[in-house]
Amino acid sequence: MSSERKRHVIPGEVITSGPYRAEQNTVQVGENIISTIVGLSDVHDGSVRVIPLTGGYVPKDDDLVIGKIISHSSLSWTADINSCYVGMLPASDVFGRDYSSSSDDMTAKLAKGDLIAARIVNFDKTRDPLITISGRELGKIDSGELVKISPNKVPRLIGKRGSMIQMIESSTNSQVTIGQNGLLVVSSDDPHGLLKAIQAIELIEEQAHVANLTDQVKEMLESKSE
Amino acid sequence: MGGRDTDIVLLDENGIRCDGRKVNETRKVTIKAGVLKNANGSAYIEFGDNKILVGVYGPRDVHPKHMSDTDTGILRCRYHMAPFSVGERKNPAPSRREVEISKVIKEALEPAVMLKEFPRTAVDVYMEVLQADGGTRCAALTGASVALADAGIPMRDLVAGCAAGKAADAVILDVNNEEDQAGQADLPIGYMPNLKKITLLQLDGILTPEEYKQCIEIGIDGCNQVYEIQKKALQDKFFANGEKQ
Repeated sequence: MSSERKRHVIPGEVITSGPYRAEQNTVQVGENIISTIVGLSDVHDGSVRVIPLTGGYVPKDDDLVIGKIISHSSLSWTADINSCYVGMLPASDVFGRDYSSSSDDMTAKLAKGDLIAARIVNFDKTRDPLITISGRELGKIDSGELVKISPNKVPRLIGKRGSMIQMIESSTNSQVTIGQNGLLVVSSDDPHGLLKAIQAIELIEEQAHVANLTDQVKEMLESKSE
Repeated sequence: MGGRDTDIVLLDENGIRCDGRKVNETRKVTIKAGVLKNANGSAYIEFGDNKILVGVYGPRDVHPKHMSDTDTGILRCRYHMAPFSVGERKNPAPSRREVEISKVIKEALEPAVMLKEFPRTAVDVYMEVLQADGGTRCAALTGASVALADAGIPMRDLVAGCAAGKAADAVILDVNNEEDQAGQADLPIGYMPNLKKITLLQLDGILTPEEYKQCIEIGIDGCNQVYEIQKKALQDKFFANGEKQ
């Protein structure tokens, strides 16, 4: 059986009955596979899942997120990563293995309120997610505009193989760092480009459910460039 | 205006109730999802003359910390009546009745929400009754489940609420304030329509076994009608100007 058309579903709605695997946001009740969330059902290759249209961000290993430092202890920082769990950033991640709480000043590196681009190293719900800022494109964010969108709309913003975000970046001359948690940092040398990029992101956030969104965004980007 | 009319005719000879409904008819129900910007999920429900606003927060950190559970998320519900929701001013402090209703609504929602997916967190449901006219617990429950779905909390099913009862010796659906005060019995039901399971069942009054069976039957029927409206509220919010249908 090949893939069926995507359907709008709400919690409790039966998506299908039959020999399918119940995956993301679905549960099997007797013969039926039902949705647990408002979203779009996707029956594909013998498995059923629902793409959510609402809900918060749940950390996943290897996700790039943007966080804000909320506090620190003598061994780690905690960062708000726009989720129900806070990110733990160990001090040794910044200072190296020979970190000593007596000699190194943690606030000198990252103070409360600082923004960071981080990656989720490990998360299993029993403990708060462990994050790291060592790596390419990670670390403290010094400049740019912070934009918040719904985490469910991040894949839409990126587009197929990054097509949407590349289009925005190239036509507005800006750089967008996308956190999977719905926080974005937009930076550009050109203030008009920056504004336009933010407008485009807001348009995508509003119109995420529309089919020919790419054309709409393209139109919007071109119309104001005159 | 004056005081309450005690000689009210609950059911006339044509089988029409005091507010013009038939015995098996619910009041007009309208629900709107996503009415509050600052809550993660919200709903506004009008159930006849009942007007209730529901806000859902979470999953979020549990405070106080000792309430958190390492195995599962917890659900906390607060049902509250505004001072102006009834004829005589109601003291805004939580009354015995409100504490009870908060508890039964929490227990009616728990079988539906899947909080195992968010251990160490809490989901808070705040139900604010702006105007009350009998059957607020069913209306609040109905609104709360729409608000939870709006917040994206995973649920096995929506929970629809509707009361059945007995007034003027007849089994009636969706008991209003007059029928509740002057009638013989009130039986609120919370029901998961797809799973066909009852999550809330209370009875105030006396019913014979036959009447009880009849009440359950029409009550479930009422819940199914309410469910269709819940479904429409969510579809209106999420799929209104959409495609792919």
